[in-house]
Amino acid sequence: MTNTLKTFLALFIVLGFLAGCSSNQEVEETDIEEVVEEAPEMEEPPEVEEVIEAATVFYFEYDQSILNSEARAALMIHAEQLKSSPRSIRLEGHADERGSREYNMALGERRANAARDFLVLQGVDSYLIETVSYGEERPAMVGSDESSWAQNRRVELK
Amino acid sequence: MMQRVFITVILMMLGLNARAELVIEITEGLDKPTPIAVVPFGGASATAKENIPEIVTADLLRSGLFRPIPTSDMLSFPQSESEVFYRDWRILGTEFIVIGNLQQSANGCVLEYQLFDVLGQKRIFSKTVNGNERRLRDMAHRVSDDVYQAITGIRGAFGTKILYVEDLVRPGPSRYRMVKADADGARAEILFASSQPLMSPSWANDLSRVAYVSFETSRPAIFVQNLQTGVRTQVTNFKGLNGAPAWSPDDSKLALVLSKDGNPEIYTLELATNRLQRITRTQSAVIDTEPNWTSDGRGIIFTSNRGGNPQIYQVTLASGRVERLTFEGDYNARPRVAPDGKSLVMVHREDGIFHIAWQDILSGDMRILTETWLDESPSIAPNGAMLLYATQHNKKGVLAAVSMDAGVKFRLPSKQGNVREPAWSPYGD
Repeated sequence: MTNTLKTFLALFIVLGFLAGCSSNQEVEETDIEEVVEEAPEMEEPPEVEEVIEAATVFYFEYDQSILNSEARAALMIHAEQLKSSPRSIRLEGHADERGSREYNMALGERRANAARDFLVLQGVDSYLIETVSYGEERPAMVGSDESSWAQNRRVELK
Repeated sequence: MMQRVFITVILMMLGLNARAELVIEITEGLDKPTPIAVVPFGGASATAKENIPEIVTADLLRSGLFRPIPTSDMLSFPQSESEVFYRDWRILGTEFIVIGNLQQSANGCVLEYQLFDVLGQKRIFSKTVNGNERRLRDMAHRVSDDVYQAITGIRGAFGTKILYVEDLVRPGPSRYRMVKADADGARAEILFASSQPLMSPSWANDLSRVAYVSFETSRPAIFVQNLQTGVRTQVTNFKGLNGAPAWSPDDSKLALVLSKDGNPEIYTLELATNRLQRITRTQSAVIDTEPNWTSDGRGIIFTSNRGGNPQIYQVTLASGRVERLTFEGDYNARPRVAPDGKSLVMVHREDGIFHIAWQDILSGDMRILTETWLDESPSIAPNGAMLLYATQHNKKGVLAAVSMDAGVKFRLPSKQGNVREPAWSPYGD
Protein backbone atom coordinates (compact mmCIF):
# COMPACT_ATOMS: atom_id res chain seq x y z
CA MET A 1 0.00 0.00 0.00
CA THR A 2 1.41 3.35 -0.92
CA ASN A 3 1.42 6.28 1.49
CA THR A 4 -0.89 8.23 -0.75
CA LEU A 5 -3.41 5.46 -0.71
CA LYS A 6 -3.16 5.16 3.08
CA THR A 7 -3.75 8.85 3.59
CA PHE A 8 -6.60 8.81 1.21
CA LEU A 9 -8.26 5.83 2.86
CA ALA A 10 -7.99 7.47 6.27
CA LEU A 11 -9.49 10.60 4.82
CA PHE A 12 -12.33 8.66 3.34
CA ILE A 13 -13.12 6.87 6.59
CA VAL A 14 -13.28 10.14 8.52
CA LEU A 15 -15.43 11.54 5.78
CA GLY A 16 -17.71 8.51 5.94
CA PHE A 17 -18.12 9.12 9.66
CA LEU A 18 -18.94 12.77 9.14
CA ALA A 19 -21.40 11.98 6.42
CA GLY A 20 -23.03 9.37 8.66
CA CYS A 21 -23.57 11.95 11.39
CA SER A 22 -24.71 14.82 9.33
CA SER A 23 -27.01 13.35 6.77
CA ASN A 24 -29.71 10.79 6.40
CA GLN A 25 -28.01 9.21 3.42
CA GLU A 26 -26.23 5.88 3.32
CA VAL A 27 -26.34 4.18 6.70
CA GLU A 28 -22.90 2.89 7.62
CA GLU A 29 -22.46 -0.77 8.55
CA THR A 30 -21.99 -1.36 12.26
CA ASP A 31 -18.52 -2.86 11.90
CA ILE A 32 -17.33 0.09 9.83
CA GLU A 33 -18.60 2.51 12.45
CA GLU A 34 -16.60 0.72 15.14
CA VAL A 35 -13.50 1.01 13.03
CA VAL A 36 -14.20 4.67 12.47
CA GLU A 37 -14.37 5.40 16.18
CA GLU A 38 -10.96 3.86 16.69
CA ALA A 39 -9.41 5.27 13.58
CA PRO A 40 -7.98 8.50 15.01
CA GLU A 41 -6.07 6.52 17.71
CA MET A 42 -4.46 4.10 15.31
CA GLU A 43 -1.03 4.37 13.76
CA GLU A 44 -2.12 2.66 10.58
CA PRO A 45 -5.51 2.84 8.91
CA PRO A 46 -7.15 -0.58 8.68
CA GLU A 47 -6.81 -2.56 5.52
CA VAL A 48 -10.11 -2.53 3.68
CA GLU A 49 -9.98 -5.21 1.07
CA GLU A 50 -13.57 -5.99 0.24
CA VAL A 51 -16.34 -3.60 -0.74
CA ILE A 52 -15.39 -0.10 0.25
CA GLU A 53 -18.30 2.08 1.29
CA ALA A 54 -17.19 5.43 0.00
CA ALA A 55 -19.32 8.49 0.62
CA THR A 56 -22.01 8.92 -2.00
CA VAL A 57 -22.85 12.55 -1.28
CA PHE A 58 -20.38 15.29 -2.15
CA TYR A 59 -20.75 18.84 -0.89
CA PHE A 60 -19.93 22.18 -2.51
CA GLU A 61 -19.28 25.78 -1.60
CA TYR A 62 -21.87 28.45 -2.37
CA ASP A 63 -22.16 29.18 -6.09
CA GLN A 64 -19.27 26.75 -6.75
CA SER A 65 -18.94 23.47 -8.58
CA ILE A 66 -15.38 22.64 -7.53
CA LEU A 67 -14.92 19.20 -5.98
CA ASN A 68 -13.26 19.40 -2.57
CA SER A 69 -10.59 16.93 -1.46
CA GLU A 70 -13.08 14.69 0.39
CA ALA A 71 -15.26 14.46 -2.70
CA ARG A 72 -12.26 13.68 -4.91
CA ALA A 73 -11.07 11.00 -2.49
CA ALA A 74 -14.47 9.32 -2.40
CA LEU A 75 -14.90 9.59 -6.16
CA MET A 76 -11.53 7.90 -6.67
CA ILE A 77 -12.82 4.89 -4.76
CA HIS A 78 -16.00 4.89 -6.82
CA ALA A 79 -13.92 5.14 -9.98
CA GLU A 80 -11.89 2.07 -9.03
CA GLN A 81 -15.04 0.11 -8.24
CA LEU A 82 -16.73 1.19 -11.47
CA LYS A 83 -13.70 0.18 -13.49
CA SER A 84 -13.45 -3.24 -11.86
CA SER A 85 -17.21 -3.92 -11.84
CA PRO A 86 -18.96 -1.55 -14.24
CA ARG A 87 -22.55 -0.52 -13.48
CA SER A 88 -24.73 2.41 -14.54
CA ILE A 89 -24.73 5.26 -12.06
CA ARG A 90 -26.63 8.48 -11.75
CA LEU A 91 -25.12 11.72 -10.45
CA GLU A 92 -27.81 14.05 -9.11
CA GLY A 93 -26.76 17.67 -8.69
CA HIS A 94 -28.48 19.99 -6.24
CA ALA A 95 -28.31 23.63 -5.17
CA ASP A 96 -29.38 25.52 -2.08
CA GLU A 97 -32.54 27.62 -2.20
CA ARG A 98 -30.89 31.01 -2.69
CA GLY A 99 -31.23 32.67 -6.05
CA SER A 100 -33.52 31.89 -8.95
CA ARG A 101 -34.75 28.36 -9.58
CA GLU A 102 -33.68 27.80 -13.17
CA TYR A 103 -30.27 29.34 -12.47
CA ASN A 104 -29.99 26.85 -9.62
CA MET A 105 -30.87 24.07 -12.07
CA ALA A 106 -27.81 25.13 -14.04
CA LEU A 107 -25.69 25.18 -10.86
CA GLY A 108 -26.86 21.67 -9.95
CA GLU A 109 -25.94 20.47 -13.40
CA ARG A 110 -22.47 22.00 -13.16
CA ARG A 111 -21.90 20.13 -9.91
CA ALA A 112 -23.10 16.83 -11.35
CA ASN A 113 -20.90 17.41 -14.41
CA ALA A 114 -17.88 18.15 -12.22
CA ALA A 115 -18.30 14.77 -10.52
CA ARG A 116 -18.84 13.04 -13.88
CA ASP A 117 -15.78 14.66 -15.44
CA PHE A 118 -13.68 13.57 -12.48
CA LEU A 119 -14.85 9.95 -12.80
CA VAL A 120 -14.20 9.99 -16.55
CA LEU A 121 -10.69 11.34 -15.93
CA GLN A 122 -10.12 8.38 -13.61
CA GLY A 123 -10.97 6.09 -16.49
CA VAL A 124 -14.67 5.37 -15.95
CA ASP A 125 -16.62 4.93 -19.19
CA SER A 126 -18.77 7.99 -19.68
CA TYR A 127 -21.68 5.93 -20.98
CA LEU A 128 -22.08 4.45 -17.48
CA ILE A 129 -22.80 7.87 -16.02
CA GLU A 130 -26.06 9.76 -16.23
CA THR A 131 -26.19 13.26 -14.79
CA VAL A 132 -29.34 15.07 -13.78
CA SER A 133 -29.90 18.32 -11.94
CA TYR A 134 -32.67 18.89 -9.45
CA GLY A 135 -31.64 22.49 -8.75
CA GLU A 136 -33.17 23.55 -5.45
CA GLU A 137 -36.27 21.41 -5.96
CA ARG A 138 -35.28 18.49 -3.74
CA PRO A 139 -33.47 19.79 -0.67
CA ALA A 140 -31.89 17.20 1.62
CA MET A 141 -32.53 19.48 4.58
CA VAL A 142 -35.44 21.86 4.92
CA GLY A 143 -34.39 25.16 6.41
CA SER A 144 -33.16 28.61 5.53
CA ASP A 145 -29.86 28.72 7.40
CA GLU A 146 -26.20 28.16 6.57
CA SER A 147 -26.12 24.56 7.81
CA SER A 148 -29.18 23.52 5.78
CA TRP A 149 -27.83 25.29 2.72
CA ALA A 150 -24.48 23.50 3.09
CA GLN A 151 -26.28 20.11 3.23
CA ASN A 152 -28.27 20.98 0.12
CA ARG A 153 -25.37 22.05 -2.15
CA ARG A 154 -24.48 18.53 -3.15
CA VAL A 155 -24.13 15.79 -5.70
CA GLU A 156 -25.61 12.40 -4.85
CA LEU A 157 -24.20 9.30 -6.51
CA LYS A 158 -26.88 6.67 -7.05
CA MET B 1 -38.48 60.77 6.98
CA MET B 2 -41.50 59.68 5.11
CA GLN B 3 -44.28 58.79 7.43
CA ARG B 4 -45.52 55.35 6.82
CA VAL B 5 -48.64 53.86 8.17
CA PHE B 6 -49.10 50.13 8.14
CA ILE B 7 -52.59 48.88 8.06
CA THR B 8 -53.28 45.22 8.29
CA VAL B 9 -56.71 44.19 7.26
CA ILE B 10 -57.81 40.64 7.52
CA LEU B 11 -60.59 39.66 5.22
CA MET B 12 -62.27 36.38 5.67
CA MET B 13 -63.84 35.23 2.49
CA LEU B 14 -66.23 32.40 3.10
CA GLY B 15 -67.34 30.29 0.20
CA LEU B 16 -69.48 27.20 0.28
CA ASN B 17 -66.72 24.74 -0.56
CA ALA B 18 -63.51 26.38 0.42
CA ARG B 19 -62.36 28.95 2.87
CA ALA B 20 -59.70 31.27 1.59
CA GLU B 21 -57.92 33.51 4.01
CA LEU B 22 -56.40 36.61 2.59
CA VAL B 23 -54.05 38.75 4.63
CA ILE B 24 -53.67 42.16 3.13
CA GLU B 25 -50.88 44.39 4.29
CA ILE B 26 -50.96 47.81 2.74
CA THR B 27 -48.13 50.30 3.01
CA GLU B 28 -49.47 53.80 2.65
CA GLY B 29 -47.06 56.41 1.38
CA LEU B 30 -47.93 60.01 0.64
CA ASP B 31 -50.81 59.03 -1.57
CA LYS B 32 -54.02 58.30 0.27
CA PRO B 33 -56.16 55.50 -1.11
CA THR B 34 -59.49 56.64 -2.53
CA PRO B 35 -62.47 56.05 -0.20
CA ILE B 36 -65.11 54.01 -1.98
CA ALA B 37 -68.37 52.43 -0.81
CA VAL B 38 -69.40 49.08 -2.24
CA VAL B 39 -73.00 48.95 -1.04
CA PRO B 40 -74.56 45.51 -0.38
CA PHE B 41 -76.19 44.50 -3.66
CA GLY B 42 -79.93 44.08 -4.09
CA GLY B 43 -82.08 41.42 -5.72
CA ALA B 44 -80.88 37.85 -5.33
CA SER B 45 -77.41 38.95 -4.20
CA ALA B 46 -78.01 38.32 -0.50
CA THR B 47 -78.86 34.66 -1.08
CA ALA B 48 -76.35 34.01 -3.88
CA LYS B 49 -73.60 31.41 -3.40
CA GLU B 50 -70.94 34.10 -3.59
CA ASN B 51 -71.00 37.46 -1.86
CA ILE B 52 -70.39 39.70 -4.88
CA PRO B 53 -69.94 43.07 -3.10
CA GLU B 54 -67.51 41.42 -0.70
CA ILE B 55 -65.44 40.09 -3.62
CA VAL B 56 -65.47 43.55 -5.23
CA THR B 57 -64.46 45.14 -1.92
CA ALA B 58 -61.56 42.68 -1.53
CA ASP B 59 -60.40 43.31 -5.11
CA LEU B 60 -60.39 47.08 -4.69
CA LEU B 61 -58.67 46.88 -1.31
CA ARG B 62 -55.98 44.59 -2.70
CA SER B 63 -55.19 47.05 -5.46
CA GLY B 64 -53.98 49.42 -2.74
CA LEU B 65 -55.55 52.36 -4.53
CA PHE B 66 -58.87 52.20 -2.67
CA ARG B 67 -60.06 52.33 0.92
CA PRO B 68 -63.44 50.57 1.02
CA ILE B 69 -65.89 51.97 3.59
CA PRO B 70 -67.13 49.31 6.07
CA THR B 71 -70.78 48.38 5.59
CA SER B 72 -71.41 49.21 9.25
CA ASP B 73 -70.52 52.86 8.60
CA MET B 74 -72.99 53.25 5.73
CA LEU B 75 -76.03 55.43 6.41
CA SER B 76 -78.13 53.85 3.66
CA PHE B 77 -78.03 50.92 1.25
CA PRO B 78 -79.21 52.32 -2.08
CA GLN B 79 -80.11 49.81 -4.75
CA SER B 80 -81.02 52.26 -7.50
CA GLU B 81 -79.89 55.71 -8.60
CA SER B 82 -82.98 57.36 -7.06
CA GLU B 83 -81.95 56.00 -3.63
CA VAL B 84 -78.46 57.54 -3.78
CA PHE B 85 -78.26 60.60 -1.53
CA TYR B 86 -74.81 62.09 -2.15
CA ARG B 87 -74.87 64.00 1.18
CA ASP B 88 -74.93 60.69 3.11
CA TRP B 89 -71.73 59.68 1.37
CA ARG B 90 -69.98 63.05 1.54
CA ILE B 91 -70.35 62.94 5.34
CA LEU B 92 -68.42 59.68 5.32
CA GLY B 93 -65.74 61.13 3.07
CA THR B 94 -66.63 58.62 0.36
CA GLU B 95 -65.62 59.63 -3.14
CA PHE B 96 -67.28 56.85 -5.10
CA ILE B 97 -70.25 54.50 -4.62
CA VAL B 98 -70.86 51.13 -6.25
CA ILE B 99 -74.37 49.69 -6.19
CA GLY B 100 -75.74 46.58 -7.86
CA ASN B 101 -78.64 44.22 -8.35
CA LEU B 102 -78.49 40.53 -9.11
CA GLN B 103 -81.54 39.10 -10.89
CA GLN B 104 -82.44 35.66 -12.15
CA SER B 105 -82.67 35.46 -15.92
CA ALA B 106 -83.87 32.86 -18.37
CA ASN B 107 -80.35 31.38 -18.81
CA GLY B 108 -78.91 32.08 -15.37
CA CYS B 109 -78.54 35.46 -13.80
CA VAL B 110 -77.81 39.03 -14.72
CA LEU B 111 -75.96 41.58 -12.62
CA GLU B 112 -76.64 45.26 -13.07
CA TYR B 113 -74.07 47.57 -11.46
CA GLN B 114 -73.51 51.31 -11.32
CA LEU B 115 -70.70 53.60 -10.24
CA PHE B 116 -71.34 57.10 -8.84
CA ASP B 117 -69.06 60.07 -8.30
CA VAL B 118 -69.98 61.60 -4.93
CA LEU B 119 -68.12 64.90 -5.38
CA GLY B 120 -69.40 65.36 -8.93
CA GLN B 121 -72.85 64.09 -7.86
CA LYS B 122 -73.24 62.06 -11.04
CA ARG B 123 -73.42 58.54 -12.30
CA ILE B 124 -70.22 57.44 -14.04
CA PHE B 125 -71.61 54.26 -15.61
CA SER B 126 -74.37 51.70 -15.47
CA LYS B 127 -73.56 48.25 -16.85
CA THR B 128 -74.82 44.71 -16.85
CA VAL B 129 -73.05 41.37 -16.98
CA ASN B 130 -74.70 38.01 -17.66
CA GLY B 131 -73.68 34.78 -16.03
CA ASN B 132 -74.83 31.89 -13.94
CA GLU B 133 -74.32 30.51 -10.45
CA ARG B 134 -70.90 29.11 -11.31
CA ARG B 135 -69.72 32.41 -12.74
CA LEU B 136 -70.61 34.68 -9.83
CA ARG B 137 -66.96 35.29 -8.99
CA ASP B 138 -66.19 36.16 -12.62
CA MET B 139 -69.11 38.59 -12.58
CA ALA B 140 -67.82 40.17 -9.36
CA HIS B 141 -64.32 40.59 -10.85
CA ARG B 142 -65.91 42.21 -13.92
CA VAL B 143 -67.47 44.82 -11.61
CA SER B 144 -64.07 45.39 -9.97
CA ASP B 145 -62.36 45.73 -13.37
CA ASP B 146 -64.88 48.32 -14.59
CA VAL B 147 -64.77 50.35 -11.38
CA TYR B 148 -60.97 50.26 -11.32
CA GLN B 149 -60.66 51.31 -14.95
CA ALA B 150 -63.27 54.09 -14.68
CA ILE B 151 -61.48 55.67 -11.71
CA THR B 152 -57.81 55.00 -12.41
CA GLY B 153 -57.77 54.86 -16.21
CA ILE B 154 -55.88 51.55 -15.94
CA ARG B 155 -57.41 48.30 -17.13
CA GLY B 156 -58.27 45.99 -14.24
CA ALA B 157 -56.73 42.52 -13.89
CA PHE B 158 -59.03 41.14 -11.19
CA GLY B 159 -60.53 38.55 -13.53
CA THR B 160 -57.18 37.09 -14.59
CA LYS B 161 -55.70 33.78 -13.44
CA ILE B 162 -52.48 32.61 -11.89
CA LEU B 163 -50.44 29.42 -12.00
CA TYR B 164 -48.22 28.32 -9.17
CA VAL B 165 -46.40 25.27 -7.85
CA GLU B 166 -47.46 23.75 -4.55
CA ASP B 167 -45.10 21.42 -2.69
CA LEU B 168 -46.58 19.42 0.18
CA VAL B 169 -42.96 18.81 1.32
CA ARG B 170 -43.65 15.20 2.42
CA PRO B 171 -43.07 12.39 -0.12
CA GLY B 172 -46.13 11.05 -1.89
CA PRO B 173 -47.68 10.49 -5.30
CA SER B 174 -49.02 14.05 -5.44
CA ARG B 175 -46.36 15.89 -3.51
CA TYR B 176 -45.81 18.48 -6.26
CA ARG B 177 -48.84 20.18 -7.82
CA MET B 178 -49.24 22.55 -10.73
CA VAL B 179 -52.14 24.76 -9.67
CA LYS B 180 -54.33 27.20 -11.57
CA ALA B 181 -56.34 29.73 -9.56
CA ASP B 182 -58.04 33.10 -9.80
CA ALA B 183 -55.75 36.09 -9.30
CA ASP B 184 -57.14 36.43 -5.75
CA GLY B 185 -56.21 32.81 -4.98
CA ALA B 186 -59.81 31.53 -5.11
CA ARG B 187 -61.01 28.51 -7.09
CA ALA B 188 -57.67 26.73 -7.03
CA GLU B 189 -57.57 23.75 -9.37
CA ILE B 190 -54.80 21.15 -9.64
CA LEU B 191 -53.73 20.82 -13.28
CA PHE B 192 -51.20 18.07 -12.64
CA ALA B 193 -49.74 16.35 -9.59
CA SER B 194 -46.56 14.30 -9.36
CA SER B 195 -44.23 12.63 -6.91
CA GLN B 196 -41.40 14.38 -8.78
CA PRO B 197 -40.69 18.14 -8.95
CA LEU B 198 -42.67 20.50 -11.14
CA MET B 199 -41.38 23.95 -11.98
CA SER B 200 -41.34 27.01 -14.25
CA PRO B 201 -45.03 27.39 -15.22
CA SER B 202 -45.72 29.64 -18.21
CA TRP B 203 -48.97 30.79 -19.83
CA ALA B 204 -49.66 30.77 -23.55
CA ASN B 205 -50.82 34.27 -24.42
CA ASP B 206 -54.19 32.97 -25.60
CA LEU B 207 -54.61 31.15 -22.26
CA SER B 208 -55.37 27.86 -24.04
CA ARG B 209 -52.21 26.08 -22.89
CA VAL B 210 -49.55 26.18 -20.23
CA ALA B 211 -45.96 24.96 -20.37
CA TYR B 212 -43.90 23.78 -17.43
CA VAL B 213 -41.02 21.55 -16.40
CA SER B 214 -41.77 18.14 -14.95
CA PHE B 215 -39.35 15.54 -13.61
CA GLU B 216 -41.85 12.69 -14.01
CA THR B 217 -39.53 10.89 -16.48
CA SER B 218 -36.78 11.07 -13.80
CA ARG B 219 -35.22 13.96 -15.73
CA PRO B 220 -36.35 17.54 -16.33
CA ALA B 221 -38.52 17.77 -19.45
CA ILE B 222 -40.82 20.46 -20.83
CA PHE B 223 -44.50 19.64 -21.10
CA VAL B 224 -47.32 21.60 -22.72
CA GLN B 225 -50.77 21.07 -21.22
CA ASN B 226 -53.95 22.01 -23.03
CA LEU B 227 -56.28 23.63 -20.51
CA GLN B 228 -59.47 22.77 -22.41
CA THR B 229 -58.75 19.08 -22.99
CA GLY B 230 -56.25 18.47 -20.21
CA VAL B 231 -54.01 16.67 -22.73
CA ARG B 232 -50.32 16.87 -21.84
CA THR B 233 -47.56 16.70 -24.45
CA GLN B 234 -43.86 16.29 -23.71
CA VAL B 235 -42.13 18.73 -26.06
CA THR B 236 -38.49 18.22 -25.11
CA ASN B 237 -36.45 15.20 -24.13
CA PHE B 238 -32.83 16.26 -24.48
CA LYS B 239 -29.87 15.19 -22.43
CA GLY B 240 -29.25 17.63 -19.61
CA LEU B 241 -31.35 20.67 -18.75
CA ASN B 242 -34.73 21.14 -20.40
CA GLY B 243 -36.04 24.22 -18.68
CA ALA B 244 -37.53 27.68 -18.35
CA PRO B 245 -40.16 27.56 -21.15
CA ALA B 246 -41.53 30.95 -22.26
CA TRP B 247 -44.18 31.46 -24.94
CA SER B 248 -43.51 33.83 -27.82
CA PRO B 249 -46.09 36.65 -28.13
CA ASP B 250 -47.86 34.75 -30.96
CA ASP B 251 -47.67 31.42 -29.09
CA SER B 252 -45.97 29.73 -32.04
CA LYS B 253 -42.68 29.14 -30.22
CA LEU B 254 -41.28 28.40 -26.83
CA ALA B 255 -38.02 29.94 -25.75
CA LEU B 256 -36.27 27.45 -23.49
CA VAL B 257 -32.98 26.32 -22.02
CA LEU B 258 -31.12 23.21 -23.11
CA SER B 259 -27.67 22.03 -22.08
CA LYS B 260 -27.50 19.20 -24.63
CA ASP B 261 -24.38 20.71 -26.24
CA GLY B 262 -22.52 21.16 -22.95
CA ASN B 263 -23.60 24.28 -21.13
CA PRO B 264 -27.05 25.83 -20.71
CA GLU B 265 -27.96 27.90 -23.78
CA ILE B 266 -31.14 29.63 -24.97
CA TYR B 267 -33.08 27.96 -27.80
CA THR B 268 -36.43 28.51 -29.47
CA LEU B 269 -38.70 25.61 -30.37
CA GLU B 270 -41.35 26.09 -33.03
CA LEU B 271 -44.22 23.97 -31.72
CA ALA B 272 -45.95 23.21 -35.02
CA THR B 273 -42.77 21.92 -36.71
CA ASN B 274 -40.58 20.96 -33.73
CA ARG B 275 -37.88 23.10 -35.32
CA LEU B 276 -35.24 23.94 -32.77
CA GLN B 277 -33.06 27.02 -33.13
CA ARG B 278 -30.09 27.82 -30.95
CA ILE B 279 -30.07 31.49 -29.92
CA THR B 280 -27.04 31.95 -27.66
CA ARG B 281 -23.51 30.64 -28.17
CA THR B 282 -21.12 30.86 -25.28
CA GLN B 283 -18.13 28.94 -24.05
CA SER B 284 -18.45 25.95 -21.80
CA ALA B 285 -18.31 27.64 -18.39
CA VAL B 286 -21.22 30.00 -19.06
CA ILE B 287 -24.82 29.64 -17.87
CA ASP B 288 -27.49 31.22 -20.10
CA THR B 289 -31.00 30.66 -18.78
CA GLU B 290 -34.44 32.09 -17.90
CA PRO B 291 -35.48 33.47 -21.29
CA ASN B 292 -38.41 35.89 -21.56
CA TRP B 293 -39.60 37.40 -24.85
CA THR B 294 -39.67 41.13 -25.38
CA SER B 295 -43.23 42.37 -25.97
CA ASP B 296 -42.63 42.76 -29.73
CA GLY B 297 -41.27 39.22 -30.02
CA ARG B 298 -38.07 40.43 -31.67
CA GLY B 299 -35.81 39.79 -28.75
CA ILE B 300 -35.28 37.59 -25.74
CA ILE B 301 -34.18 38.82 -22.34
CA PHE B 302 -32.31 36.24 -20.27
CA THR B 303 -29.94 35.59 -17.38
CA SER B 304 -26.28 34.94 -18.11
CA ASN B 305 -23.13 34.72 -16.02
CA ARG B 306 -20.93 35.35 -19.09
CA GLY B 307 -19.54 38.45 -17.36
CA GLY B 308 -18.57 36.52 -14.22
CA ASN B 309 -21.82 36.75 -12.24
CA PRO B 310 -25.47 36.51 -13.21
CA GLN B 311 -26.80 39.58 -15.01
CA ILE B 312 -29.65 40.30 -17.41
CA TYR B 313 -28.92 40.41 -21.14
CA GLN B 314 -31.02 40.93 -24.24
CA VAL B 315 -30.46 39.17 -27.55
CA THR B 316 -31.96 40.52 -30.77
CA LEU B 317 -33.17 37.46 -32.66
CA ALA B 318 -32.62 38.79 -36.19
CA SER B 319 -28.99 39.82 -35.66
CA GLY B 320 -27.94 37.68 -32.71
CA ARG B 321 -26.54 40.82 -31.09
CA VAL B 322 -26.36 40.57 -27.30
CA GLU B 323 -26.56 43.57 -25.00
CA ARG B 324 -26.16 43.66 -21.22
CA LEU B 325 -29.06 45.40 -19.42
CA THR B 326 -28.19 45.28 -15.70
CA PHE B 327 -25.14 46.73 -14.02
CA GLU B 328 -26.19 47.29 -10.41
CA GLY B 329 -25.20 44.54 -7.99
CA ASP B 330 -23.54 41.17 -8.51
CA TYR B 331 -26.68 39.03 -8.90
CA ASN B 332 -29.57 39.87 -11.21
CA ALA B 333 -31.59 36.95 -12.57
CA ARG B 334 -34.98 35.62 -13.77
CA PRO B 335 -36.09 38.73 -15.71
CA ARG B 336 -39.69 39.38 -16.72
CA VAL B 337 -40.53 42.16 -19.14
CA ALA B 338 -43.43 44.52 -18.26
CA PRO B 339 -46.40 44.42 -20.67
CA ASP B 340 -45.46 47.83 -22.10
CA GLY B 341 -41.95 46.55 -22.81
CA LYS B 342 -40.33 49.53 -21.12
CA SER B 343 -39.25 47.99 -17.85
CA LEU B 344 -38.30 44.66 -16.37
CA VAL B 345 -38.37 43.02 -12.99
CA MET B 346 -35.88 40.51 -11.68
CA VAL B 347 -34.36 38.77 -8.68
CA HIS B 348 -31.68 41.10 -7.30
CA ARG B 349 -29.19 40.31 -4.56
CA GLU B 350 -28.13 43.03 -2.19
CA ASP B 351 -25.93 42.35 0.87
CA GLY B 352 -26.57 38.64 0.40
CA ILE B 353 -30.36 39.06 0.51
CA PHE B 354 -32.55 38.36 -2.49
CA HIS B 355 -35.17 40.95 -3.36
CA ILE B 356 -37.36 41.74 -6.33
CA ALA B 357 -36.12 44.78 -8.25
CA TRP B 358 -37.62 46.86 -11.04
CA GLN B 359 -35.57 48.50 -13.77
CA ASP B 360 -36.37 51.01 -16.47
CA ILE B 361 -34.79 49.48 -19.57
CA LEU B 362 -33.83 52.72 -21.33
CA SER B 363 -32.37 54.64 -18.41
CA GLY B 364 -31.14 51.64 -16.43
CA ASP B 365 -32.65 53.09 -13.22
CA MET B 366 -33.29 50.34 -10.71
CA ARG B 367 -35.40 50.26 -7.57
CA ILE B 368 -35.94 47.50 -5.06
CA LEU B 369 -39.59 46.63 -4.57
CA THR B 370 -39.57 44.08 -1.77
CA GLU B 371 -38.14 43.96 1.72
CA THR B 372 -38.82 40.35 2.49
CA TRP B 373 -36.45 37.38 2.50
CA LEU B 374 -35.51 34.97 -0.30
CA ASP B 375 -37.80 36.70 -2.77
CA GLU B 376 -37.93 35.11 -6.21
CA SER B 377 -39.95 34.42 -9.37
CA PRO B 378 -41.53 37.84 -10.05
CA SER B 379 -44.49 37.76 -12.46
CA ILE B 380 -46.15 40.97 -13.62
CA ALA B 381 -49.92 41.44 -13.91
CA PRO B 382 -51.06 42.01 -17.51
CA ASN B 383 -51.95 45.64 -16.68
CA GLY B 384 -48.44 46.24 -15.34
CA ALA B 385 -49.75 47.59 -12.03
CA MET B 386 -48.57 44.84 -9.68
CA LEU B 387 -46.42 41.77 -9.60
CA LEU B 388 -46.66 38.49 -7.78
CA TYR B 389 -43.57 36.84 -6.37
CA ALA B 390 -42.59 33.98 -4.11
CA THR B 391 -41.16 34.59 -0.68
CA GLN B 392 -40.96 32.98 2.75
CA HIS B 393 -43.21 33.72 5.68
CA ASN B 394 -43.17 31.76 8.96
CA LYS B 395 -40.70 29.33 7.33
CA LYS B 396 -43.13 28.51 4.55
CA GLY B 397 -43.09 29.38 0.89
CA VAL B 398 -45.88 31.85 0.16
CA LEU B 399 -46.95 34.10 -2.68
CA ALA B 400 -46.93 37.84 -2.20
CA ALA B 401 -47.74 40.82 -4.36
CA VAL B 402 -46.27 44.28 -4.63
CA SER B 403 -47.29 47.25 -6.73
CA MET B 404 -44.76 48.47 -9.28
CA ASP B 405 -44.22 51.62 -7.17
CA ALA B 406 -43.69 49.40 -4.08
CA GLY B 407 -46.49 51.22 -2.23
CA VAL B 408 -48.81 48.24 -1.87
CA LYS B 409 -47.94 44.80 -0.63
CA PHE B 410 -50.00 41.80 0.32
CA ARG B 411 -49.54 38.11 0.90
CA LEU B 412 -51.57 35.13 -0.23
CA PRO B 413 -50.80 32.55 2.47
CA SER B 414 -50.99 28.91 1.45
CA LYS B 415 -53.28 26.49 3.20
CA GLN B 416 -50.79 23.64 2.97
CA GLY B 417 -47.18 23.08 2.05
CA ASN B 418 -44.96 25.53 0.23
CA VAL B 419 -46.29 27.64 -2.59
CA ARG B 420 -43.96 29.14 -5.20
CA GLU B 421 -43.33 30.21 -8.80
CA PRO B 422 -46.42 32.31 -9.48
CA ALA B 423 -47.20 33.04 -13.13
CA TRP B 424 -49.77 35.77 -13.67
CA SER B 425 -51.82 35.14 -16.79
CA PRO B 426 -52.02 37.53 -19.72
CA TYR B 427 -55.47 38.93 -20.57
CA GLY B 428 -55.83 36.38 -23.34
CA ASP B 429 -57.45 38.78 -25.79
